[in-house]
Amino acid sequence: MIGASALARLAATLGVLLLLGASAIAQPSVVILSTTTSTQDSGLLDVLVPMFEKKTGLTVKTISVGTGQALALAARGEADVTLAHAPALERKYVAEGRMANRRLVMYNDFVLVGPADDPARIKGMPKALDAFKRIAESRSRFVSRGDKSGTHALELALWKQAGIEPKGAWYIESGQGMGQTLGIANDRRAYALTDRATVLAFQKRVDLPILVERDRPLLNIYSVMEVNPANGPRVNARGGKAFADFMLDPDTQAVIKAFGVDKYGQPLFVPVAGKKDEDL
Amino acid sequence: MGLIGEGLLEALRRLTTGDPEVWQITWLSLQVSATATLVSLLAGIPAGAALALSRFPGRAFLVSLVNTGMGLPPVVVGLFVTILLWRNGALGFLELLYTPAAMVIGQFVIAAPIVTGLTLAAVQQVPEGFRLQMLGLGASRLQMTWVLLKEARLPMLAAVMAGFGGVISEVGASMMLGGNIRGSTRVLTTATVLETGKGNFDVAIALSVILLLITFLVNWALSLIQQRRPG
Repeated sequence: MIGASALARLAATLGVLLLLGASAIAQPSVVILSTTTSTQDSGLLDVLVPMFEKKTGLTVKTISVGTGQALALAARGEADVTLAHAPALERKYVAEGRMANRRLVMYNDFVLVGPADDPARIKGMPKALDAFKRIAESRSRFVSRGDKSGTHALELALWKQAGIEPKGAWYIESGQGMGQTLGIANDRRAYALTDRATVLAFQKRVDLPILVERDRPLLNIYSVMEVNPANGPRVNARGGKAFADFMLDPDTQAVIKAFGVDKYGQPLFVPVAGKKDEDL
Repeated sequence: MGLIGEGLLEALRRLTTGDPEVWQITWLSLQVSATATLVSLLAGIPAGAALALSRFPGRAFLVSLVNTGMGLPPVVVGLFVTILLWRNGALGFLELLYTPAAMVIGQFVIAAPIVTGLTLAAVQQVPEGFRLQMLGLGASRLQMTWVLLKEARLPMLAAVMAGFGGVISEVGASMMLGGNIRGSTRVLTTATVLETGKGNFDVAIALSVILLLITFLVNWALSLIQQRRPG
């Protein structure tokens, strides 16, 4: 007897809860943006999202995950628009028809950081590829994100081009975000590949100088892509396109250009609306 | 040491200056976890009492399931509930993912077995002779259960504290189900993860201190009720 009434009460309560929640948010005015942690961690989206919401009256739900997961969610129709930074992977999703209308938004760059005593002697090398080779040859410790993020994708591509399969005690996979990964690299006196924005944000906490920078493969290009409505039954294609268009709007691009100057004395991103990968 | 000191100062500063974002995050944490605990009580107390007082085949198995559920890993709960709530998932039509309601559901799944299991133990520890005596004196089963729950008041409040403590402190399910969206689903634990990721350790420590503080205040209030002498 008691069991049955308990079940009935549980069902009723859950039912009410679900209805309350559903009625509160089931509107087509919500845009789900799947994006990388770096755009969120840098604080850029905290500036851009309110701007977009004010302009359009739409509400954005930002889901900030690794680029691999951001694209995977979009491919399942669980997001409406994606801001990512893994060009090769993005082109694959576009070629498969799951993402559409890939447009460049901005770029910054990756840098190779490491301990100041530089056991692999890579400081000032012009080519990131040569630096990677030397780290592997000297079996100096290297901390990888290991999480299918955009940074991880680039790192794996560089190992592959160098003809190295990173394996062994010197190669540490953190499985965490860029900030935590830098913390581990700092603690273990190891090298790491990072975007410049994160290492700037952490310069007070980690003692890892920039050793290799400004090489073409180290460009970190962010693109916006719309989700193919065929990916799922509830994709808000119109809202997704509105956000993508907003990212390329001259006003938005001006905000991107100025972002970070007050805090770091230098901009964190360079806006590139209208350009192609080859132009950079 | 210096960093923790900075964090404590930052916590104090944010609380005293009434930083609206911190207050909003704190308030949402309380709302979500209190709602989840409340629903868990509504479901878990009757379920626990029923399990304690009934005998049927498979009961021992069910009790082990509940006891296992008391230690459900929040990330596992988060993952399964997320898949259910996906737009393409079984409950996708409700469009609940990335809302506070989704977080309440996840936390309910975490807290309900805790409340059920502790209620079960609390009711069972009341001597059986007492139950038989009440029934012998003409009490209905419902009346008897009510008296038993009152008798078991002290351990029952422990169940409330354990349930609330379990959900206010979890991060895995809230992160996946809420998405840590600013102004909408960001709670103290997910905000702490975010600020740590950003390298703002002082802010992260400040949020942790606030979390500890409100957990303490809630438990303090519950302990006062628990330890109150009747009459």
